[in-house]
Amino acid sequence: MATQVFKIPDSFNKDFKYTFCPGCDHGVAIRLVGEVMDELGFRENTIAATAIGCSVTLYDFLNIDAIESPHGRALAVATGVKRANPDKTVFTYSGDGDFASIGIGESLHAALRGEKITAICINNTTYGMTGGQCGPTTLVNQVTTTSPHGRNLDYYGYPIKLAEHFALCDGVAFSARVSLDSVANIRKAKQAIKKAFQVQLEGKGFGFVEILSSCPTNWRMLPEKAHDRVRNEMMPVFVPGIYKDLTI
Amino acid sequence: MSYIVIDDERCKACYLCINECPKKLIQKSDKTNKLGDRIVEFCDPNGECLGCAMCATRCPDMAIKEVYRG
Repeated sequence: MATQVFKIPDSFNKDFKYTFCPGCDHGVAIRLVGEVMDELGFRENTIAATAIGCSVTLYDFLNIDAIESPHGRALAVATGVKRANPDKTVFTYSGDGDFASIGIGESLHAALRGEKITAICINNTTYGMTGGQCGPTTLVNQVTTTSPHGRNLDYYGYPIKLAEHFALCDGVAFSARVSLDSVANIRKAKQAIKKAFQVQLEGKGFGFVEILSSCPTNWRMLPEKAHDRVRNEMMPVFVPGIYKDLTI
Repeated sequence: MSYIVIDDERCKACYLCINECPKKLIQKSDKTNKLGDRIVEFCDPNGECLGCAMCATRCPDMAIKEVYRG
């Protein structure tokens, strides 16, 4: 008798269909959130806040309540939701352009206030939905549609390293950077997302996970090559690891 | 006997699963789905599938929707 070892998480809507490009890691990240919801059993008590970019389509797939926020202000809206409903599990799901560029003020100050929220940020070093422009996490010398000769260090400076910055905030209980480039790293990513929700459920503070992801369409690469780029170019700069963990 | 179930309509032909399978049991099919993508198929004539679910863990679209180990 064969036992089922993989199924679509119960937290997903019936007959959902991802609208992402082929090979996009958003699908994996949202599935991991769904699996964590199933395992910790808080789906019915959850409110999500999303803002702008490919990440907003989260609420089309997960069977949860969600609020659409102004551009970049997912954590400001999530703060209001959590303070009005302290018994709810509140999380935000955003891309790097949303979280780290337009909304860095809201994101960082929610972390500094130590809101009991979980924030998930997808880092693909570009603005995915709007056509692959240079963003706050774009690597030095990376070619994008608005930096055709590569990101110029003298003019634009260095990319932001979110997980390290958030680990320095006193209100943060968990800060980690994970990658989705291989199956082993996907399994580590799930553990990190689980911890980020656990610190919220236990009332310890702000949980943050930065997920290194690929964007094959805007990088103009095959999905397999895009994962090679995550491994060889992104991971030496954005080093995966757990930067803060108050649960230990 | 271990096996996987592929949802043809979810497959977007990114082919990430093909290289992920340790036994190379997933291959490009001649069929296309409604989107026009040339989908993958599971081909395991000798019952080699381990049920490791690496393909399903990798698949970004949950086209590999069920994995059974036995």
